[in-house]
Amino acid sequence: MNATAAMGAMKLAFLLVRSAPLALSLLAAAVPAALAQEARGPLRIEITEGVIEPLPFAAPVFVSETPGAETYARDITRVVVDDLTSTGLFRPIPESAFISRITSFDSPVQYADWKAINAQALITGSVAIAGDGRLVIRFRLHDVFAEAPLGEGLQFVAPPAIWRRIAHKVADAVYSRITGEAPYFDSRVVFVAESGPKDARIKRLAVMDQDGANLEFLTDGSALVIAPRFSPDGSRVLYTSYQTGFPQIYLLDLATGQRRALSNQPGTITFAPRFSPDGRTVVYSMSSGGNTDIYAMDIATGTIRRLTETPSIETAPSFSPDGRSIVFESDRSGTQQIYIMPAAGGEARRISFGKGRYGTPVWSPRGDLIAFTKQNEGRFHIGVMRTDGSEERLLTASFLDEGPTWSPNGRVIMFTRQTRGAAGAPALYTVDITGRNLRRVPIDTAASDPSWGPLRP
Amino acid sequence: MSTLTRILALAAFSLLAACTSPGGFSGYGGAGGAGGAGATGGMPAPGTVAYFNEMVGDRVHFAVDESALSEEAKSILIAQARWLNDNPEFNAIIEGHADEQGTREYNLALGDRRANAVRDFLIAQGVAPHRLRTVSYGKERPIAICSEEACYAQNRRAVTVLIAPGATS
Repeated sequence: MNATAAMGAMKLAFLLVRSAPLALSLLAAAVPAALAQEARGPLRIEITEGVIEPLPFAAPVFVSETPGAETYARDITRVVVDDLTSTGLFRPIPESAFISRITSFDSPVQYADWKAINAQALITGSVAIAGDGRLVIRFRLHDVFAEAPLGEGLQFVAPPAIWRRIAHKVADAVYSRITGEAPYFDSRVVFVAESGPKDARIKRLAVMDQDGANLEFLTDGSALVIAPRFSPDGSRVLYTSYQTGFPQIYLLDLATGQRRALSNQPGTITFAPRFSPDGRTVVYSMSSGGNTDIYAMDIATGTIRRLTETPSIETAPSFSPDGRSIVFESDRSGTQQIYIMPAAGGEARRISFGKGRYGTPVWSPRGDLIAFTKQNEGRFHIGVMRTDGSEERLLTASFLDEGPTWSPNGRVIMFTRQTRGAAGAPALYTVDITGRNLRRVPIDTAASDPSWGPLRP
Repeated sequence: MSTLTRILALAAFSLLAACTSPGGFSGYGGAGGAGGAGATGGMPAPGTVAYFNEMVGDRVHFAVDESALSEEAKSILIAQARWLNDNPEFNAIIEGHADEQGTREYNLALGDRRANAVRDFLIAQGVAPHRLRTVSYGKERPIAICSEEACYAQNRRAVTVLIAPGATS
């Protein structure tokens, strides 16, 4: 395997795909950010210091094979291009540069025409409306320089209403094939949509596709809500609401719209809930008499177990993907720092030792990293560190960044960035775990507290 | 209102209170109950929510990331406790707040600490525990919206919100 050299050079490399000449390998959690691209044979480009040359690709509008399919073909192609471009790893070649037209999905591709415009990857596709009204989408990824398709191509059949999901599936297949990373475009994010002035903010639970499309409100704004969290299977949402006048944690079933309070012990407030990986347990904070500790509740039985018992603030718990450990923040040392304890409670080990304060830790789906919010010298950062606290890297810096959440493949972090001042408002941003490719999620509303759901089936 | 002004106002009103029947509260923001009380125009009657909010002072402030009560805060809370003890038909919810320089969850916990620091102090001053509930808003409900210390200082607060007799919490 040709990549052996690269493997030796960098620890933590996820080495990918070498059977086909077209391969792009992503190196996660390496410092400095690195990305190796291999166009063919031994050619390998390694880019450091966060600079990366994105892979040029062409995605001509999918061929419309039946009357009425033109709009779908155009829209699906656009979403595929947008998804890939949003990663910062791919650069679309504008249509105006194309020499060839793709007029039939099954005709041979004139690779020389795509090579001439330096397209390394070519995506061809077709859309048809079947007799039963469903969309039939076919697509194929080509390695232009090898002058061959990669694999047989794929076909999706789906109701027209979910055309965007199909587009995400197409983009996911291309992304995974070229990068070797797990897919993530076909996923949703639950968050808080904000409106109104800063001192009388209206906050509503909302859900959207990860690219900001299909925004839907889940609450009406009559009660203040904060920090929703998706269940591991994406069917339920935990959140905190002031519906009774006091913050309490609630469980919402997305399919039925049914919601119920999980805790209503008088004299207490509950917040910062999060699911266990099996979706059966909720860890959360409960404050009583001015002291905040972490508890675990069995959702089915309501049985509660206290996991911390200290006079300090313990909050923002997050399970490891194997369910054995919980990472959380505590100010037991005098300032907010990050700790890890067994899932059943017990002795906690501090893992953050840098300058400043560390909060809102979230375990990555891959298990190897903890994302966090750091405050230092008046600035906020989103960062990642290994689970032993080593290799801390700050990915962002601003007046107020907080609340990271992981993409299902552990490659991208979404978070809240609030601007300063009386007109300051929050928005959602994404950043690659290398610290590259900071982008604002394009939605029309001020937004905070994102929680990224799983890849949809 | 500075502490000095507040103390002077309290002194003036403790004189007035002697000739005003307590308990005749006129609801939130009610004013003029004391009747013809002089230069500042309509003045709230001593047993009113308005009197508590404006003359006693319904809030105390905190240093950055602190829930310890300052001497100024304690003097206000002593006056609050006296008022609450004089007006036992009122209950209160103490709201704890934080400024925006902090993460959401931590600020909720910090607001809870502040609210409970006030509650504990009022209880120590003789207010019955069952009359006082607490809630934390963290950084969700600032009253001053600039991103400067001048605003942050106002937002790091605990507010004693009276519940009118007969109202349920």
